[in-house]
Amino acid sequence: MGRKECVAMLLAGGQGSRLGILTKKLAKPAVPFGGKYRIIDFTLSNCSNSGIDTVGVLTQYQPLTLNSYIGIGSPWDLDRYSGGVAVLPPYVRAQGGEWYKGTANAVYQNIDFISRFDPEYVFVLSGDHIYKMDYSRMLQFHKEKNAYVTIAVIKVPWEETHRFGIMNTDETGRITEFQEKPKEAKNNLASMGVYVFNWQILRAYLEADEADPESSHDFGKNIIPTMLTSHEDLFAYPFQGYWKDVGTIESLWEANMDLLAENPPLVLNDPTWKIFAVNQSLPPQYVGESASVICSSLSEGCIVLGEVEHSVLFLGSYIAPRAKVVDSIIMPGARVEKNAVVEKAIIGENTVIQEGAHVGCPNGEDWMMIERNESGITVVEDNIVIPANLQIKKGAVVSITDWPEFPEERIS
Amino acid sequence: MQSLMGIINLGEPTNSIRELTQHRTLGAVPFGSRYRLIDFTLSNMVNAGIRNVGILIWDRYGPLLDHIKSGKEWDLDRQRDGLFLLPPANSGNGTLELKGDVANLYRNMAYLQKSRQKYVVISGSSMICNMDYGEVLDYHLAKGADVTIVYSDTMGLAQNPPFTSLVTDDDYRVLDLAINPQKGKGEKASMNMYIMAKHTLIELVDHCASRGKRDMLTEGLLPRLREWKVYGYPYIGYVGEVNSLKNYYKHSMELLDPAVWQELFFKKGLIHTKIKHEPPVRYLPGSSVRNSLIANGCIIEGTVENSILFRGVRVKKGAVIQDSIVMQKAQIGEDVLLKHVILDKDVKVSAGKRLTGDGGYPIVIHKLAEI
Repeated sequence: MGRKECVAMLLAGGQGSRLGILTKKLAKPAVPFGGKYRIIDFTLSNCSNSGIDTVGVLTQYQPLTLNSYIGIGSPWDLDRYSGGVAVLPPYVRAQGGEWYKGTANAVYQNIDFISRFDPEYVFVLSGDHIYKMDYSRMLQFHKEKNAYVTIAVIKVPWEETHRFGIMNTDETGRITEFQEKPKEAKNNLASMGVYVFNWQILRAYLEADEADPESSHDFGKNIIPTMLTSHEDLFAYPFQGYWKDVGTIESLWEANMDLLAENPPLVLNDPTWKIFAVNQSLPPQYVGESASVICSSLSEGCIVLGEVEHSVLFLGSYIAPRAKVVDSIIMPGARVEKNAVVEKAIIGENTVIQEGAHVGCPNGEDWMMIERNESGITVVEDNIVIPANLQIKKGAVVSITDWPEFPEERIS
Repeated sequence: MQSLMGIINLGEPTNSIRELTQHRTLGAVPFGSRYRLIDFTLSNMVNAGIRNVGILIWDRYGPLLDHIKSGKEWDLDRQRDGLFLLPPANSGNGTLELKGDVANLYRNMAYLQKSRQKYVVISGSSMICNMDYGEVLDYHLAKGADVTIVYSDTMGLAQNPPFTSLVTDDDYRVLDLAINPQKGKGEKASMNMYIMAKHTLIELVDHCASRGKRDMLTEGLLPRLREWKVYGYPYIGYVGEVNSLKNYYKHSMELLDPAVWQELFFKKGLIHTKIKHEPPVRYLPGSSVRNSLIANGCIIEGTVENSILFRGVRVKKGAVIQDSIVMQKAQIGEDVLLKHVILDKDVKVSAGKRLTGDGGYPIVIHKLAEI
């Protein structure tokens, strides 16, 4: 293995449990986003566009979709003779072997992978976020500051600081204090979960952390605070631009809707920073004679014959004549049949909304509601059929596993 | 389809479609919002399980090579077999003074000989259809044919020579071939696709080449119709031959018929093309789109009706595009009117301009033009 200046470790094992049924069968980084992408495409494309050609993807929870999606990494130009992408699940060793116990332990268990490339620097990234970032600039900053660790930070609204890991810095950008989800933040610089470490330093800390039975083996909770108390040189790299954790139904919906603004905060049409994704060879989208498409985003293979307003339609979705879709996300291959209405909803892959059904209805019946979603966004699971003329109340989460009497013939 | 290989012959006349072929071979002409013509034939071959495809290139091949590259998008970057670009006869050391199909095949005889497949399908690059060559091979074998020619009864390609009309008996055996006949136009029109055993092709090429003949069809096949069993395969399904500007426009507009769209793009297999990683289309406030095909990467603020937009087209506020074909990365300024227009790639139309052609004779704006 040739030497690499830098290797990226991409944490992609998270369940994303707050996404509920959307992550029942796939890990959060594999959740579809923005009409043709999966969440992990953003981080992988950032690596590719930043010139990082060696990426380990740490998987654990429901890895099947993610593994087959990443493949040998061709869409991101990560099919390389030297380096490239490697999917790294936990594995059995001569002396036992175990699941990844935390983010730091996941990297610890792959020290051998990193060592093969004998890197100077290691990026630790998360596959859970939607953002475009040039990691090479961050590495440049890291070198200029002579830092041991550099953590990317973004200004968040003060009233939201309690949701983030907050970095307090001095005037040079040196991190002086780390507050995990503080009640009263001293600062509004939130960690983006993007780290660059000097590998030898990180390795020493990972080994020490592993030996500590009290540790939960997490970067945010253990490694970074320990480094701070040891007075290592930690710097905050200020990032400006769009960054969104799409960890909840509401934030996933919002991030999709953000793409529909006239001047979207996240520009996908930038030829110098393309977001790559696995291609499905679908035909161009067809907008029919009677169709109306307003303030929306449509992808390849879509057929729209009805009304679509302020919505994101994924690859190969179908909207029948006189159907109406508003403020919604229609996942790949889903169908909305004649006279059906979908309002402020997320419709899962290949799900069919039959004629005259109404999803997200203000006065719908409650019998089908499995759990209430506080955000008022209705979510319908993958691969099911919502029967004709059924009304599903706003905020319902429709899932067939939680609903054993769901008729088998309704599984599409 | 282990036993079938494919050859795509790019040597097709372009005189009637010269507006779009000045700098590109016919197979590389953009078509159908995100494709080039050759994608259909190439995908049909791959979808039939063919894993060895040779492309006979002639001239103006720059855009085609850029499009095909390693053949990866068609799953043809293989360790064994895969995609082969076969250079034209004049690129050898040039002792053979031959022209036409024969010379180009003769020049690449070594490729034919070393290919492992027993049968070969030869096609041009300009037929738009979704065809299963596996079915044609089955037919060829069932008939015990030496050569099978695919034809269509519905294509109606008579207006644009050259075309070949078949005369068959009731059992579809070909009794005669007529090139550009005035009489019987468009009946049993050859789709310029042939299946035969590889050794039959080698024999034909060698026979013609060694006698200074240039044309496989008239000089190779036609004299053998009594001796050989040549059969016609009646292709039933949508087919459009793009061999003239008029046909280009006609067949493009036919894609707006959902039945044609469904058949071409979904019936037997998907049509593959070069991946550009363009984002989804954005329909901004002020946009109004009806009966149109739109490729990814477009940003639409204006009106688009009965039209085809290729990847990355920008339509500004107040612009109206009707009955038009707008190729990749065109920028259509505010309040522009386009009607019956074909814009080649990378054209910029500045605000307020009005361009209108006729349904039977669309205006073509050449690549990189700024208006």
